[in-house]
Amino acid sequence: MAMITADPKDVPQVASFSFTPEYMAKVEEQIAHYPPGRQASAVIAVLDLAQRQQGWLPRAAMNEVARLLDMAPIRVYEIATFYTMFQLRPKGKYLLQVCTTTPCWLRGSEAVMKACQHAADGETFSVQEVECLGGCVNAPVVQINDDFYEDLDEASMNKVLDALRRGESPKPGPQVDRQTSAPEGGLTTLKGE
Amino acid sequence: MLGDKDRIFTNLYGVHDWRLAGARARGAWDNTKAILDKGVDWIIDEMKKSGLRGRGGAGFPTGMKWSFMPKEVKDRPHYLVVNADESEPGTCKDRDIMRHDPHLLIEGCLVAGFAMRANAGYIYVRGEFYNEAQHLIAAIKEAYDAGLLGKNACGSGWDFDLYVHRGAGAYICGEETALLESLEGKKGMPRLKPPFPAGAGLYGCPTTVNNVESIAVAPTILRRGAAWFAGIGRPNNTGTKLFCISGHVNRPCNVEEEMGIPLRELIERHCGGVRGGWDNLLAVIPGGASVPLLPKSICDTVLMDFDSLRDQRSGLGTAAVIVMDKSTDVVKAIARLSYFYKHESCGQCTPCREGTGWMWRVMERMVTGDARLEEIDALEDVTKQVEGHTICALGDAAAWPIQGLIRHFRPEMERRIRARTEKLAAE
Repeated sequence: MAMITADPKDVPQVASFSFTPEYMAKVEEQIAHYPPGRQASAVIAVLDLAQRQQGWLPRAAMNEVARLLDMAPIRVYEIATFYTMFQLRPKGKYLLQVCTTTPCWLRGSEAVMKACQHAADGETFSVQEVECLGGCVNAPVVQINDDFYEDLDEASMNKVLDALRRGESPKPGPQVDRQTSAPEGGLTTLKGE
Repeated sequence: MLGDKDRIFTNLYGVHDWRLAGARARGAWDNTKAILDKGVDWIIDEMKKSGLRGRGGAGFPTGMKWSFMPKEVKDRPHYLVVNADESEPGTCKDRDIMRHDPHLLIEGCLVAGFAMRANAGYIYVRGEFYNEAQHLIAAIKEAYDAGLLGKNACGSGWDFDLYVHRGAGAYICGEETALLESLEGKKGMPRLKPPFPAGAGLYGCPTTVNNVESIAVAPTILRRGAAWFAGIGRPNNTGTKLFCISGHVNRPCNVEEEMGIPLRELIERHCGGVRGGWDNLLAVIPGGASVPLLPKSICDTVLMDFDSLRDQRSGLGTAAVIVMDKSTDVVKAIARLSYFYKHESCGQCTPCREGTGWMWRVMERMVTGDARLEEIDALEDVTKQVEGHTICALGDAAAWPIQGLIRHFRPEMERRIRARTEKLAAE
């Protein structure tokens, strides 16, 4: 496994980072959730905001987060490298996070992974194998940016990818005819009302 | 069988409005003040009488857990923390509560927070559940605007603030003390216990960490009475439970059922049966990735509750039922879980950090049969050296699936090794 570092050598340099006023307002809102002096509690949220603004998390953004939260930079690097959702190098426009843990694997995540790998070009699509996403009764699941695409197979995965390529917003959730986590083909409970 | 009138999560599938108006129409927030007016002792006593056992996996009695909080608030504030870091493979029930019935959880937070004398609560939601967290945040705002949270919540005289805290991808943060570390802005590495969170938890203050489902069922239990909840299920395994059935069934789904429902009935009634029929069943992991699997012979009759599954040397865990039919490479299915634990070990304790990697590498060789027969015993031996020798239960969780595999599928593991050895000898 590749060494995870807060400062990978092969990524573009970002000289400085600062939050836009809109993002800064969100940063302050997050910090206000915690008691005075406990602003470090907001570190995950503030790093997430930096990543949303920049598209990924360069070292300069981590340093800015450390300054804002009055934390030692190393404490922020630790967080950025410990939690898997922080992207320490630039990604494509759509990050395809393919779950391959046992419940997804049992229902064909290998074919879904293949379709995603085939699409990955580093610009429109980047692909990542992830551990259980927590949508197991709708397996296989792929998270694309913030949305879950569920009940996938190779064909429906390709359909979603094609739609994204055309600049459309395919509907997240089950890609078969099904109400969220209810059994396909009709409810067995809660049929009243 | 459980009827809809006894179901708590009446919008489990998101057919109806998840917002405040919809939740109120389904009975949430109905005179919550009256519940709080009955007092802390009544609430805790009622929760104890209901027999509710924690829905996050360990099954610890919820009322008793609440009673461990100090009886008076002294120099340190009390905190309620809700564990919504749902990441146990197979489990996706808390997701449905957050996105389809968030007000049940929020009302439960007020009741639980009041009962443990906390004026603030944090809901720690796994980072991947971005949209679910947005529902929860919107619902919390509705509750504030309606005077249900905040100063003098529900007119009860009690102040209660509630916040959503998103994680960022780490299974280990589902361990309660790792979760608290993460909430404090640190790496999610579990703490040594004691001190337990009720003595020194978040920011060193008295804290209780509960699973989403445990908290979300509390208001309904208190409204309908402990006797109602205790009358469902079996003694010591009471109430209703959300089950997540995934894998090789015809129609995987989440469903709220009675505790103690036979596994076979659960699968056949709600999931259209095992793919290819019941006789095509190979094995079931009954309670999320951490619990040992059960072969078909046990699945034929086992009941889905804490005590029945413990008697079969497995566990109810999170009630995430992972079904495998006869087409499954069962060794590979478990090897994939070993990879999961290797990936998710926080690295703090040596037996887990080194052991999970070692067990995964051997498991990968067991998949192909590229091993010696005596290595099965060595593997089992290592699982026992990891189990019970780490700060948190992740080490145990990594060990148990392998122990279950060896217990029930040793002949299959041996067959692969023999076949591979013979093949190599013939070449």
